[in-house]
This record gives sequence, C-alpha cells and structure tokens, in this order.
Amino acid sequence: MPSSPSLRPPAVRIDALRWMRENLFSGPVNTALTLFALYLLWRFVPPVLDWLFFSATWQGSSRADCQPGGACWIFIGQRFGQFLYGFYPLEQRWRVDLTALSIVVLAAPLFFSRFPQRRRWAIGYFLLTPLLAWWLLYGAGILGLETVPTEQWGGLMLTLVIAAVGIAGALPLGILLALGRRSQLPAIRVVCITFIEFWRGVPLITVLFMSSVMLPLFLPEQMSIDKLVRALIAVILFEAAYLAEVVRGGLQAIPKGQYEAAHALGLSYWQSMGLVILPQALRLVIPGIVNTFIALFKDTSLVIIIGLADFFTAVHRATVDPEWLGFSTEGYVFAAFVYFLFCFGMSRYSIALEKRLARAQKR
Amino acid sequence: MKKKTLVATLVAACSLCAPAWAGQTLDTVLKRGVLHCGVSDGLPGFSYTDATGNYAGIDADFCRAVAAALFGDAKKVKFTPLTAKERFTALQSGEIDVLSRNSTWTISRDVGMGMSFTGVTYYDGQGFLVNKKLGVKSVRELNGATVCIQAGTTTEMNLSDYFRTNGMNYTPVTYEKSDESAKALESGRCDVLTSDQSQLYAQRIKFANPDDYVVLPEVISKEPLGPVVRQGDSEWFNVVRWTLFALVAAEEYGITSSNVDQMAKTSTNPEVRRLLGLDTDFGKDMKLKKDWAYQIVKQVGNYGEVFERNVGKGSPLKIERGLNAQWNKGGLQYAPPFR
Repeated sequence: MPSSPSLRPPAVRIDALRWMRENLFSGPVNTALTLFALYLLWRFVPPVLDWLFFSATWQGSSRADCQPGGACWIFIGQRFGQFLYGFYPLEQRWRVDLTALSIVVLAAPLFFSRFPQRRRWAIGYFLLTPLLAWWLLYGAGILGLETVPTEQWGGLMLTLVIAAVGIAGALPLGILLALGRRSQLPAIRVVCITFIEFWRGVPLITVLFMSSVMLPLFLPEQMSIDKLVRALIAVILFEAAYLAEVVRGGLQAIPKGQYEAAHALGLSYWQSMGLVILPQALRLVIPGIVNTFIALFKDTSLVIIIGLADFFTAVHRATVDPEWLGFSTEGYVFAAFVYFLFCFGMSRYSIALEKRLARAQKR
Repeated sequence: MKKKTLVATLVAACSLCAPAWAGQTLDTVLKRGVLHCGVSDGLPGFSYTDATGNYAGIDADFCRAVAAALFGDAKKVKFTPLTAKERFTALQSGEIDVLSRNSTWTISRDVGMGMSFTGVTYYDGQGFLVNKKLGVKSVRELNGATVCIQAGTTTEMNLSDYFRTNGMNYTPVTYEKSDESAKALESGRCDVLTSDQSQLYAQRIKFANPDDYVVLPEVISKEPLGPVVRQGDSEWFNVVRWTLFALVAAEEYGITSSNVDQMAKTSTNPEVRRLLGLDTDFGKDMKLKKDWAYQIVKQVGNYGEVFERNVGKGSPLKIERGLNAQWNKGGLQYAPPFR
C-alpha cells in the first residue's frame, strides 16, 4: 500500500494582509464587528487625544489662561505640591523626599542577587526602614526634627504610607493566619477562622468608619489614638484576612508528599513551613497576593470617609476651590493616571517576579 | 437606612454622657491653647483649601474668629475636615469643640441630638438659575418651564410644593448628579436649574460664560446654616454665639479690620466702645480678655468682610448678600445689642 505522500507543513508567513483576512475579516460577522470597532476608535480616540494633548493648555498661572476646547493642565501644575504632600509644611517637604529616596536607594541591593550579605541586609532593611521613615516623617522632636502631626500628612505621600504599611503589616499576619487556619490545634484554628471570616464579612468602609467615629465614643475622654494609626490598624487587619485566604490557596496546592517528606527529614513545624512549604506555596500565589496589594492600594482612597486627605481627596479638594471650579475632569483624569501608573507598575513587577522564579524552578 | 439608625441610636445614647462635658469645654480649650474646629471636606466658598494649603471660606473664618476671641490669635485653630456622616459624632465624642460645617438648623437636630445651634452664619435656601436670554425677572414668570433638578433630594419636593401652591405648571428633568443638571441648563435642555442658592453660584462659575446666567431673587426654602456646639454647656455656647454676634455687630457699626484701630482711638459711639471693650468688660463674664471682640475684627474682619471675601464680590462666586444682608439693609443678620 503506497503511503500517502508526506506534505511539508505550510510555511508560516507573518503577512499583514493575510493576518487581517484571517483574524479581522474571516466572515461577515467578524467583518462587521471589525468595522464597528474601527468606527468607534475613529469616533472617540481623536477627540480624546485632542482634549488631552493638542488643544490642552500647558502653560499659564490662572484659570484666565485656560483655552476653551481642551484640558487645562495648569490646574494640576498649580496644585501639584498639594497632590504630593497634602498639608505637609512647605519647609519640611524635603523630609518626605528624603524618606522616599532612602527607601528606594536602600532597597536597591535587594535586587542584585550577587550582593554580599544580601539576607542580612534584607532583615536590617525591613526592620530599620520603617523606623527611619517614621522618624523622618513624624519627627517627634528626635534629633532636632520637629513634629509634623499626622493631620498634616496628605496627598500621594499619605496614600503610599497607608499602602506600604498595609502591605508590610498584612503579609506576615496573613501568612500566620493561613497557617493557623490549617493548624492541628483546634483552639488556634477556631481563632484564625473566626478572625478571617469576621474581617472578610465587613466592608472596609465600615471598619474605617467604626475606627474613626465609634471607637472614640467608647474610649475614655482623655485617651485618643491617632486617627491615622487607627486607620492603619484597620487596613492591616482587614487586608490580612484576605491575604490569609490567598496564601491558604497556595498551601493547599502543595502535595501532601512535600509535608511528609519534610517531616521525614526530621524538620520541626516551623522549619518545614519556612524551608519547604511556604517558599513553594507563596510562589504559586504571587498573582493572588499582588492582586490583593493592588486592591489595597486603590482602597486607600476610602480613608476619605474618616477625613484623611489621601491623594484622591487632595485632588477632590482642589476641585472645589472657587478659583478652579469646573476643572474637576482634569483633576480626576490626572488621579486616574497616577493610580494606573502605580497599579500597572505593581502588576508588571509581579509578572517579572513570576518569570524569574519560574526560570529558577526549571533549572 | 439601618446604618443611619444605628448611628442615630449611638449618638442619642451618648447624649446621656453629655453632662460630663457641661461647663468644661471652655476651660479645656483655654488650657489646650488650640481650638478644634470641624469643617467641611470641601464646599466652594464655605470651607476649602486654597493654593497655599490653608483652609478658606466662611466656615473656616468663623473658626478663626472664635480662636481670635479665645486666645487673641486667629491662627490657633486645628481644622478637622468631616464628612456629612461623621460630623455630629465627631462633635459628641469631643474630637472637635465646635462644628462649623454648613449644617442646617432644624428642630430635630437642635432638640433631639444633644447639640445646640449657636446662630446662623449663612441663610441659604433653594433658588433658581436661569439664562439671561430668557428675560425672566421672577420665579412667578416660570409657568410652564422645564426645570432641571437633582433626583432624590428635598429640592424636588420643595419645587413641586412651590409650583402647586402658586398654581403653576412645570416639566421636571431629573439628573443623578448636580454637574449633569448644570450641563443640561447650559446646553438648553431646560430653562431653569434649581438647587440651594450657594450651589447655584458655584455651578455658574463652571459655565463657559457665567455672566449669561442669573440667580433669581426668590428663595423657596429655608436652609439656615450655622455653627453647632454640644448641648448643656452654656458657658461655651455663649462664647461661640457671641463671637458670631460680634462679627455681625461690627459690620453694623461700620468697624472693619482696617479701621478698627482708628475706631478704638477716636470713636465716641458708646455701642462701638462697649463692643471693643473700651468702657465695659463683657469678656470677663465669658472668661475672655477685655479686647476679645477687637481681636475678632482686627484679625478676621467683620461679617460683611468675611462674606465678601469668601463668597461675595471679592470671590469668584459673586453671591449677592440677599437674606444675609444686615437687618437694616433688608436682610436677616441681626445682632442683639452690646450693653
């Protein structure tokens, strides 16, 4: 029986026309949809670009300089300082800059795997930078830095403080809760489950409202806990409950054999978790963790309910200045852009991290 | 709704703890050296942050006036921006000493929630904004008009009541947001926009040609806005209330921040001399200094100055004095005599 002649696979040619025919105009429905999409793009993209860039006003100093027909970015420029620093005293703003700079610069060695003593550096970094940041931002009169009460914190700086403290506090607590929920000890398990289910069951806005409005009613008159601290604790507890469930997903995905193998090697509970289970589990749930972080970052804008002036509130407040009434669109577009930058940055970082860890896995 | 009830219950429950404050606020504030003042989280002309990051507006300036009376220094205020939801609990819990946050004086708030309104800093009310081209001079000429409103507000009820009482017809066009209804007026979708007058003036600035629009003189609802203190502390209540009266009286007698020194030296008007603490010391009975009212006018200005600077001719809002003019100029601002 003659075998059918073996054909070579057709050459794959990336050819624009052909690609379009196959993907965009492969049938009447597809063609109609393509044309419709093109129409929408043609209809909406040019006016938006025109408003954002071509007809926009970039230079000037007051609303009189704004040209009709386009965005007026003077407004953003005029209020930029407030968007970044809130009411942080003008002559003290260098402290915020220095804080941001030192956090970034000191973190740099962590990204170079060849840096000697990297592990020790990391421990020192995570223990000491919060103290350094607290000292620089709050001052408290230590070493001549005057106190800047947290009421004066605001803008993007406050958003980043809440997000950073929230992430740094919620991740360890979330991991502990996830481990606790899978614990063999009933008491610990019940406490962890109750905690997680309670915090997941109430909206963040309620938690913040309770922390700022209700709590003082139950405390003695003279006793007052800083509003920002209350909000930070609320955010940490709330996000920890979510992270705990994400991490638990990772723990459950690890085959039982891994647990048994760690046991068989004679590792203690903490050793087996720290050296065998968690490194694998956390790697699995990076997308979920980063997802929670991104949600947390955007949730920080909810602190408006308790009168803290985060970045979004700073923008909102600027839009009600009679000098700049009617420029709220510019303000909110700018706010959206800044939030997008941060969230997109986090998401790209998570993808890069996953790729790097996946490469390490293959090796 | 449920949440509201819960908050109301807790607030009511705490009105029981109000006596703990009786007669203490003034001493506490004087000892602390700083006034804790609750303001709005952003309302054009009333309280907002200006380009330099300072609070500005009528409500903010009132806080400054109280601080000037207390400490002789208008800068000794700590502003706490509050949302509409948390404003009354913040007052009850002692987080703030006085709430100066465009709150409407109503009986339910005054008698039922453990708070006292000390007076009226701004008489607001529902008004109408029309295009000048329409040639309308009064609301009475609006029979058959298309009216833009924001859905679900008391504005809607007031409007329907007013038109029904006066036997007029109208076609309502409702929008979710106040910005949308303002756009509708600008595009000619409706003839007239109705909302609180202070809001109308703020909306008008946003139009491409604000001068083409005019706010009609009629006001069809009462929204007296004023500062609030905790109930049952008459000492503190007096200080806040007479700060407002000093502002108003100073305008009546023509004392301004620029001529107050001159007046203090040369004026022979006994009323002026008493107000400025030259002959009689009313401050003593309020545990204040003799020159408390002088400090208010010197550092903050009189009521008219505060009004014009923040919402009137000196501001982009350009609100007419209307009901907020002095009593002898056709308005409602009236201070009892200083004697």
